[in-house]
Amino acid sequence: MTETGRTLLWATLILALVAMPLAVSSGRWIEFLEFTLFVAVLGQGWNILGGYGGQYSFGHALFFGTGAYLQALLQFKFGFSPWIAMWFALAGGIAVGGAVGFLSFRYGLRGSYFALITLAFAEAFHVLSRSFISITEGGRGVQLALNQDPERALAMFQFNFAGPFLRAYGFYYTILIILLLAYAATWWMERTRFGAQLIAVRENEDAAEALGINAFRVKMGAICMSAGITAFAGIYYTQKFLFIDPGIAYGPSKSIEALVAPIIGGLGTVFGPLIGAIFIHGLGEFAKEMIGLVWADRPGLDLILFGIILILVLGFAPRGLVGISEAIWNRVRYRIRTLRSKTDA
Amino acid sequence: MLKVRALSKRFGGLDAVQAVDLDVEPGEIVSLIGPNGAGKTTVFALISGFLRPDNGQVIFEGSDITGRRPHEICRRGVVRTFQIVQPFANLTVRDNIAVGAHTHIASRTQARKKAEEIANQLGMTVMLDQPAGDLTIAGRKRLELARALATAPKLMLLDEVMAGLNATEVDEIVDLVRNIRASGVTIFIIEHVMQAVMKLSDRTYVLNEGKLIADGEPDRIASDPVVIEAYLGQGAAARIAGGRSNA
Repeated sequence: MTETGRTLLWATLILALVAMPLAVSSGRWIEFLEFTLFVAVLGQGWNILGGYGGQYSFGHALFFGTGAYLQALLQFKFGFSPWIAMWFALAGGIAVGGAVGFLSFRYGLRGSYFALITLAFAEAFHVLSRSFISITEGGRGVQLALNQDPERALAMFQFNFAGPFLRAYGFYYTILIILLLAYAATWWMERTRFGAQLIAVRENEDAAEALGINAFRVKMGAICMSAGITAFAGIYYTQKFLFIDPGIAYGPSKSIEALVAPIIGGLGTVFGPLIGAIFIHGLGEFAKEMIGLVWADRPGLDLILFGIILILVLGFAPRGLVGISEAIWNRVRYRIRTLRSKTDA
Repeated sequence: MLKVRALSKRFGGLDAVQAVDLDVEPGEIVSLIGPNGAGKTTVFALISGFLRPDNGQVIFEGSDITGRRPHEICRRGVVRTFQIVQPFANLTVRDNIAVGAHTHIASRTQARKKAEEIANQLGMTVMLDQPAGDLTIAGRKRLELARALATAPKLMLLDEVMAGLNATEVDEIVDLVRNIRASGVTIFIIEHVMQAVMKLSDRTYVLNEGKLIADGEPDRIASDPVVIEAYLGQGAAARIAGGRSNA
């Protein structure tokens, strides 16, 4: 596909997302879209480090949870404005990313060792957030006060009692803006020297070093950017639900959601995580309905479905849905070309 | 330009490299030969920072680079290629070479343009859009050269860039290496293909069991009894000399 063709396609998709509330008025659909975009942001966070950098993390909940907890605690304990707390939450997520990255990359942990160390850190924070009750409120979690004053809806970053538009679409546009920022950052990164060097490190770290790339510094940059985007997903989560607890913040489910979307959508591509998130959540909703119809409610069956899809994608389409569609597109174009040259002859 | 003094490396009980002294002067093509397992690649790994020496010094243009990281050494102008080629398999040839060019060029477009120039120079223009993983072995060896050259090095350490190539391909690479030298890059090369060593090198070092056993001009080396014995076994030099006198 040509560069302009691709840009047009994505511009259409983004416009469709921006205009979506015009077409969809049902609250349930907006919730579904919000959740899909949320996973697409989580996925992009993971994709920067895993897809572009080849460092597969199993503990991205670490960055999500840190962002979410800081956003909640700074308001809850110190009465920070959510708009101020946000920057500390972002910095906190990046700091944790930098610390884990420093420890792993300094000592050359790659592949499954890196996956294990991130998993271990996420679990450690899971346990710590449960046991340091004086700081984190422990297993009860942190419940933020509900703002019931419509005047202060924006100032408090809470839209439950805001005007009709914000109440219905406030968080949809919040996550859409976060998504656009994260995706623009990724798109930009892909076109810089840093991006090229990150991909080189993924492809072959020794060769990259031999060609003058400081692999340690490049990976540190990637994990900080990755952690920052993921922490932003955490900030959104706290504002949306006004509640966070150790299981939500640091449990394994966020780590898994973060990696499934980019792997299915297409590793190391700007829009892979979004495509992956739309696909699995579309399918997940569909599956829930179908399973609900046939066997009544069986929670967890959709997760089995995700697992099967993940295995199929890893086995047969390592470049994900983006890779499949490009392959199909190239084949179609090739057919058209040969047909044309035949008719010309 | 490059001074190596008393360089030593042990792997467990094996003295892989023992007190090696080497000198490479600007503009030279110097080769390092020796039987399999002599420690040639280890010497390169020690110079280029992939291994840390147990002893000794590596001095490049007057400054001590012993034990520095590979990327720092590359930025000072010493680049190595790999005997077992290490392409960025999923990237195109253009992007592979551009990674090298990024050591001194920040812009993507400029780096890609530089990559095209280098590919031209090395006769790889038709391969520019191919993924590196699809190249033949000859193509991959050339890509190793191209990427290294793109870093704008002063000294290139070429590790068996001709192994596995046929005679025509070897001749092509010999010409390329000569051209690279003519453009002002000093070359230090490990090679098994003797035809190429003889044609290319100004001087040759011979390494055996981690020790330098001879050095000098290539034709003199080829008739040195110590060298012949290292390759063919004890007494071989005498037998060859004997065979000659019989004939």
